[in-house]
Amino acid sequence: MYEIDAKGMYYRKLNELVRKAVGDGEKEILLKNVNGQYYIGDGIREKVKIIIEGVPGNDLAAFMDGPTIIVKDNAQDNIGNTMNSGKVVVHGHAGDVLGYGMRGGKLHVRGDVGYRVGIHMKGLKKQIPVIISGGTAGDFLGEYMAGGILILLGLDEKRDRPLVGDYIGTGMHGGSIFIRGDVDKTRCGAEVGVMEPDDKDMKTIRECLKEFCEDFALDLEEIMKKPFKKLVPVSARPYGNLYAY
Amino acid sequence: MFKSLAPPDYLATIDTDKCIRCKRCIQNCGWSVYSWGGDRVLIDTMKCVKCLRCYHYCPVEAIQILDNPVKFKPNAYWSYNNIRNIKKQAETGGMPLTGMGSDLPYPILFDRLLLDACQVTNPSIDPLREPMELRTYLGKKPSKVEVERGEDGELRLKTKMPPQIRLEAPFIFSPMSFGSISLNAQKVLAMAAKECGIIMNTGEGGLHEDLLPYRDHIMVQVASGRFGVNPEYLNAGVAVEIKIGQGAKPGIGGHLPGEKIPLEVAKTRMIPVGTDALSPAPQHDIYSIEDLRQLIYAIKEATNYKPVSVKIATVHNVAAIASGIVRAGADIVYLDGFRGGTGAAPTIIRDHLGIPIEHAVAAVDDRLRQEGIRNEASIVAAGGIRSSADAAKAIALGADAVAIGTAALITMGCTVCGKCYTGNCSWGITTQRPELTARLDPEVYAERLVNLIHAWAHELREILGALGINAVESLRGSRERLRGVGLDDQTLDILGVKPAGR
Repeated sequence: MYEIDAKGMYYRKLNELVRKAVGDGEKEILLKNVNGQYYIGDGIREKVKIIIEGVPGNDLAAFMDGPTIIVKDNAQDNIGNTMNSGKVVVHGHAGDVLGYGMRGGKLHVRGDVGYRVGIHMKGLKKQIPVIISGGTAGDFLGEYMAGGILILLGLDEKRDRPLVGDYIGTGMHGGSIFIRGDVDKTRCGAEVGVMEPDDKDMKTIRECLKEFCEDFALDLEEIMKKPFKKLVPVSARPYGNLYAY
Repeated sequence: MFKSLAPPDYLATIDTDKCIRCKRCIQNCGWSVYSWGGDRVLIDTMKCVKCLRCYHYCPVEAIQILDNPVKFKPNAYWSYNNIRNIKKQAETGGMPLTGMGSDLPYPILFDRLLLDACQVTNPSIDPLREPMELRTYLGKKPSKVEVERGEDGELRLKTKMPPQIRLEAPFIFSPMSFGSISLNAQKVLAMAAKECGIIMNTGEGGLHEDLLPYRDHIMVQVASGRFGVNPEYLNAGVAVEIKIGQGAKPGIGGHLPGEKIPLEVAKTRMIPVGTDALSPAPQHDIYSIEDLRQLIYAIKEATNYKPVSVKIATVHNVAAIASGIVRAGADIVYLDGFRGGTGAAPTIIRDHLGIPIEHAVAAVDDRLRQEGIRNEASIVAAGGIRSSADAAKAIALGADAVAIGTAALITMGCTVCGKCYTGNCSWGITTQRPELTARLDPEVYAERLVNLIHAWAHELREILGALGINAVESLRGSRERLRGVGLDDQTLDILGVKPAGR
């Protein structure tokens, strides 16, 4: 395992060292004493594993295409911005605007996530991005979603904020959101339909959660006991009637 | 069948004596105005958009496209469009869409500015005899450079230059996405950019693999929809542009109707076929200038520090916005003026929001100079550049280079009919229908676009020679070489230009 002590290191230097290690062929890199450095994993394409001790700064794994990043603490905003493939695992809470324009790969957060998560996620055939949060989410979850899978688990029954915020799926025109618990239709965008997941959906949820549970040593069967709701766009062209030609 | 209460814009007519029944009009019209009636051509003039394709392709010149004289009574206040739009909205409840730039008669400052020429007291230069430097570099310039003498005694640049984009002439092609225009149209832009040593811009529809051979002349765009953006895309071109706004539709997002999204476009954008491609109004991860700085450096980190351009629509406080953008780390500020074109925008937004590029470029150049940061970024002026004279005036007002969109499309046959959003462009430009896009042969039309750039470059050399200077750099921001005609004091002050006679 290649180690880098990031204590007091400017983000630019840290990322240069990370890229150099990747370029030299290191397959596992441990970053110690990380404290808010930006852009870790940004644009890296090699299938390496980066372990972060400490809290990384914004734009973790932005434009990333391949690596696995494990964060042993909380993480901040903009994780997986336009990420193409790879995986990010956060053993804590994460911030706002996660997975903006995400096009592939997985983001697993053990705890809560913030606002504007999963905006304009997109998918094509086998390349489907997945974001799973073990906790609660804020407003604008899955806004403008065009593809991909968003799963919200709300594992901690004792919570001081609602399971999910308002404006869920506003402008949604593709993809699926699965929420473990009840969803008030009035808090969703007009384009969103709230329905019961069918067998195929349950299979998909189970597949996604199997890996999630492995990441965080959770009991899959215990989680699957509570029913899910499925949120999908009810029209492929929610804005088809907006214009006069 | 209830006819629309808005009379048709145009009357497509065929002189039946001349007509030889070749049916070329039926075949050529993308809007199905013409159909075969057994022994003659039938005309549904309601559908005609005056793109003039049929007129050009009729072998016997039997076709006339007239402006409909049966409109509403002439009215200096209630124009035809005012009345027509109300009737259309009453019929549909929708927002009228339009393509291309605003066609309303707001004042055009380019037509109120004149350039200087040399006579008697300082001689002009003959561009046919002496070399004229049109080469322009877009990018951050250091505020001072240090030179050192090497071991061989030669002088060398010690300061490390930030990355630059080299243009052989101060023109670039405006961003136009694959989806809004056809792949063939993008190929024309790419081939011409390579031939002329300038760059084109992918727009936000992603980069089709057929354009990869031209990558050294391509700037890729990252917009709010993040269509087609992956690390390969980011690293494919010479620079990356973050699109915040667009002159034709300031403050709102983009909307590519499902009709224009067949498989190729859907694949490149990674959305379902036939869905509307929505680009959200703000970039939802840029809610402040600090967020913009964060994205600029995220892109720089992902591309090993390529130049990053930020494109904005010119609005009221464009000077302050541009200052913020430069301080956020952008290498190029792309200003898209009020007259900028589009494939689709709500008419009401296109015609009533934003400010013209002339005011904007003057204000931005002025503000950046005052703050001592003019060298930190290059300014590209866009939005209705119609000639090399508009370009020269924009440069004199402070731009490093100009971007052309509409002008480039006009070389491909476009007649600015403004119906791009329908996806039925008879010229094969703003459409994805294969039978229409096949008409736009990239090699043939690239040659025409190259002709235009060469012609404008030559005109620019003549203008520079007349001004007594031999480098376009010497014209940049040189307000003294402009005079205003018929402009009020305040406008002259904003432009930093004297009135003719002074």
